[in-house]
Amino acid sequence: MNSVVLETKNLGYLYSKGTSSQVAAINDINLKIEKGELVGIIGHTGSGKSTLIEHFNAILKPTSGSVFLDGNDIWADKKNVRSVRFKVGVCFQYPEYQLFEDTVEKDIGYGPKNMGLSEDEIKKRVRESLSFVGLSEKYLEKSPFDLSGGEKRRVAIAGVMAMRPEVLVLDEPCAGLDPIGRNTVLDLIVKYREKTGSTVIVVSHSMEDISKIATKILVMNESRLAYYDTVSNVFSHAGELFSMGLDVPQITRLFLKLKDAGYDVRTDIYTFEEAEKELLKLLKRRGNNAQ
Amino acid sequence: MLSDITIGQYYKGDSLVHRLDARIKIILTILFIVIIFLCKNFFSLGLMILLTVLSVLLSKVPFKMFFKSIKPLLPIILFTVILNMFYIGGGTVLLSFWKIEITTKGVFTAIFMAVRIICLIMCSSLLTYTTVPTALTDAIERLLSPLNVVHVPVHSLAMMMTLALRFIPTLIEEIERIMNAQKARGADFESGKFMARVKAMIPILIPLFVSAFRRAYELSFAMTCRCYHGGEGRTRMKQMKLHVSDFVSLGVFAAVLAGVILLNSCFARLI
Repeated sequence: MNSVVLETKNLGYLYSKGTSSQVAAINDINLKIEKGELVGIIGHTGSGKSTLIEHFNAILKPTSGSVFLDGNDIWADKKNVRSVRFKVGVCFQYPEYQLFEDTVEKDIGYGPKNMGLSEDEIKKRVRESLSFVGLSEKYLEKSPFDLSGGEKRRVAIAGVMAMRPEVLVLDEPCAGLDPIGRNTVLDLIVKYREKTGSTVIVVSHSMEDISKIATKILVMNESRLAYYDTVSNVFSHAGELFSMGLDVPQITRLFLKLKDAGYDVRTDIYTFEEAEKELLKLLKRRGNNAQ
Repeated sequence: MLSDITIGQYYKGDSLVHRLDARIKIILTILFIVIIFLCKNFFSLGLMILLTVLSVLLSKVPFKMFFKSIKPLLPIILFTVILNMFYIGGGTVLLSFWKIEITTKGVFTAIFMAVRIICLIMCSSLLTYTTVPTALTDAIERLLSPLNVVHVPVHSLAMMMTLALRFIPTLIEEIERIMNAQKARGADFESGKFMARVKAMIPILIPLFVSAFRRAYELSFAMTCRCYHGGEGRTRMKQMKLHVSDFVSLGVFAAVLAGVILLNSCFARLI
C-alpha cells in the first residue's frame, strides 16, 4: 500500500457559525488519499465538494476535525499555512479569471516567485509547466488576455503546476470548455501525473470525464462522504448514485439496462475494453446455449 | 470579513415602516436630519430620541442590527466626545489637570453630540433596512424628476445607482474568489510593509477590473436585448401610490418639528 499523503479526520465546516443561518457545508469527513492516486471528486451542486478542497490547502479553517498533510496537522502552526499551499496546489473553478500579469511567463511564475525561488529556477519551472499543458514557448511573451478561453485555462493550470505541488487539486477544470478543450485538459492531467508521479485530485460533475482518468472516486452527498473507493466499486452502486441525483457513465448504464433485461452481465464496467470483453463473453455464452 | 459590510443592506420584514412609500421615507429622513440639527437642549433632543425609538420599534428591525451599523462609526463618535469634552468650557469645573479643564458644559455637550450622531445613524440605517434598494433608487428618481427640466439625466443616474447597489455583493463575492485563487498560489496579503501590501493587491485588482468590465458589457448587452433605451417613455410595473399611513407619518413629523421649536424656546439652550 502506498503512503497516505492527505488525510482528514472528522472534518467539518459550518458556514456563518454561531448565527441563525448556520449551515453545515461538510460534515464529519474521514478520508485517506494515498500518494500517486488520481482521485475524482463527484457530487451534486452544493454537496460540499468545493468546501472540501478549500480545506486541503488551508483556505478555510475547519470548524471541527483536522486535515493532515504527510502526517502533520496543517493548522498546527499558523506560520506553516503558506507552505501548505505550495505543497497542495489548488486550481479553482474558472481559473482564467485570476490571470493578471502582462505576459504568460510572469503569470505562471507568480507562484514560484512567492515561494522565493531563484530567477533561473523560476524560468525552468515556467517552461516545464508550459510543456505540461501542451503550449509552446512561443506563448511565454504573449499577454494572457489575448489568448483563447481554452489556452487561458491551460496557462492558469500551469501557474499552479509551476509550484510543483505534491498534490494537485483541480476544481472543475473542464467547465465551460468545448469537447476538444475538455479532452485536451483531461489528457494533460493524465500526462502530468504520469510524468511527475504526484497525486492529483479532480472535482467534476461529469461521470464520463472522471471515469476516463480517475483511479479512485470520492462521492459527496449532502455534505457527507458517500463513497471513496475504486472506480468500478463506486459504479456498482448505480442505484444509490441515481438517488443522489448523480449519473453513471453511458457504458455502465448500457450494462445496467442489459441486466434489467435479464442478461447475466457485470454492472461495474466503465471502459470500452472491459465492455468489449464482457459483450463478447455474453455473445459466446448465448451462442453455446443456442447450439 | 468582507461580508460584514452593511451599506445598503435590507432587513426583510413586513412592518408599518417597511410599507411606507419610499419617497416619503426619504423625505422623512431628510426632515429628521434637519430637525435634529434644530435641537438646542436636552428636552428637544429627548423628543427626537423618542421619535427614533418609536420608529425603530415600529419597523420591527432588531436593535442588534442598529448596533452593527453604529459599530464602525464608534471611533468618530468617541473622537467627537473627547474633542467636545476638552474644548468646551463653561459651567462648573469637574476635573482639572495640567492645562486641561473638564467642565459640566463640556460633558453635557459631548453627550449631546454623541446622542445626536447615534440618532442620525439609526435614522439613516432605518431607511436602508426597511427599503429595498430598487425602491430607494426609484424613489430618488421620482423625487429628482423636476431636475429633468434643466437637462439633468435623472433616469440614467438612478439606473446607475440601482446597478451599482446590485453589484456590490457580486463584486464582494468576486474579490473573495480571486483572493482565494491568489492565496492558493502563495500570495500573502497579511504581512509585510505598507508598500508590499499595496503591491500584493495588484493580483486582485487587475482580475477584478477585468471581470467588472466583462460583467458591464454582458449586462449592457442583456439590457439592449430587452429593448432598454433609457427613461423616455418607459412605464413602470410598480406604481408608487401614497396611502393614509404616509400622510399620517408626515403629520407626526410635522408635529415633532413644532414640538422641538416649542421646547427650544421654553428651556435654556445648551448649544
